[in-house]
Amino acid sequence: MSAPTPKGVILTPIFKNNPIALQILGICSALAVTSSLSVSLVMSLAVIFVTAFSSMFVSLIRNHIPSSIRIIVQMTIIASLVIVVDQILKAFAYEMSKQLSVFVGLIITNCIVMGRAEGFAMTNTPTLSFLDGVGNGLGYGFILMTVGFFRELFGSGSLFGVTILETVQNGGWYVPNGLLLLPPSAFFIIGLIIWVLRSLNPEQVEDNEFVMKENTQPKEAV
Amino acid sequence: MAQGNNSIKKILTVAFSLCIVCSIIVSTAAVGLKARQERNQELDRKSNILAVADLYEPGMDVGKEFSQAVTAKVVDLDTGEYTDEVDPETYDGFQAAKDPAQSRTLSGEKDIAGLGRQEQFSTIYLVGDENNPEQIVLPIRGQGLWGLMRGYLSVQGDGNTIGGITFYSHAETPGLGGEVDNPRWKAQWEGKEIYASSDTMEPAIQLVKGGASESTEVDALSGASLTSRGVTKLVQFWLSEEGFGHYLARFRDGVDSQASADASPSDDSEGA
Repeated sequence: MSAPTPKGVILTPIFKNNPIALQILGICSALAVTSSLSVSLVMSLAVIFVTAFSSMFVSLIRNHIPSSIRIIVQMTIIASLVIVVDQILKAFAYEMSKQLSVFVGLIITNCIVMGRAEGFAMTNTPTLSFLDGVGNGLGYGFILMTVGFFRELFGSGSLFGVTILETVQNGGWYVPNGLLLLPPSAFFIIGLIIWVLRSLNPEQVEDNEFVMKENTQPKEAV
Repeated sequence: MAQGNNSIKKILTVAFSLCIVCSIIVSTAAVGLKARQERNQELDRKSNILAVADLYEPGMDVGKEFSQAVTAKVVDLDTGEYTDEVDPETYDGFQAAKDPAQSRTLSGEKDIAGLGRQEQFSTIYLVGDENNPEQIVLPIRGQGLWGLMRGYLSVQGDGNTIGGITFYSHAETPGLGGEVDNPRWKAQWEGKEIYASSDTMEPAIQLVKGGASESTEVDALSGASLTSRGVTKLVQFWLSEEGFGHYLARFRDGVDSQASADASPSDDSEGA
């Protein structure tokens, strides 16, 4: 791999090396918060903020972090930032923080944040690490917004709370798809996004690591 | 990585200074934003009360409107009288329900709303003249399908007609039970009657399937039988003599305070 460039670290995570679609990280929160677009947007911004600044701070002190406690040092930095974000949301976007509830706190356990701190920030300069965090946050946000778009449009007939398809409950014609309001529906949408991305970039398709042995003789099955 | 980072001294120094720096950042954020957060929670609660009393408009000055239109009072649920024992500004019925000194255990058959414990005093909000209120906003809560539903019910000055209902916190299934938030569903509560006759404290109000016909019936939520049952139970619980029955009796014709005084001792012996 060539040396990372500022433009590269921001853009590659969005399509080429997307944390959700290619690395399959951070799925949990992507299922939980995508039932409406505005919540997805705030969650994306929170993750961009946390990933960018945690990478930057980890990178700033990377030469002083003893390798034996490096994970807990990274976690402490991430957790502090997440608490700050949570407090800010409660103070300035109270309605939103009520909807996001526990999922802001759970950014701490989002593998993307930890993955970037350990995988990138420990070996790169603060500026580059910051941009890398922004890029990965954007990649996460891109998937969240796409999933949120489909789930809110077909699940509640609206986008950002503005009614697009008048639902039957409100006297319109559109029968909303209840499945899309439930978290598991995001699996289908994320699956479809991965399919589209891998069709466009065939090099993302992994080799089949687990080749099943052909089972031709009955005694091998036992 | 630099040599010597793994000496015990270095490890302790890094860990200790990191903890100090992080705790300063976190506590600064928490303390600095606390006032604002509490104001938000207060405003949220007040706008819910105004919303259920049909006084809320988006963008209004909630704090000002609330202090003008609404008076908070604390009611003793056993007698239905106002009490001065606690301050309505600071009293939290939800906390009190957890405190054995200020609450009581509900026995199985009485505990239709699934609360477990119930506080003795409850804060209610009067809209208009406090001696002759236009609306009485009562806090209600009970188990839905997935968890506790908390909200407010507004009753008009006659102590029998419902003005509105709202749930400010619940965990019902989005699109099914979550439709308790739907304004169209909530709108049909207005004008419904709580009690079937004027001389009873048994609430008749309930959610029914397949179209409400009586004035004490409200359409159930489609596809959410268990949430609907939870709403029926919690509304009935809080309007019965276990809840605000005695208090509402003061506003109703026909049920005098004597009847309510008779009813409570006999009930206690049944419960014991």
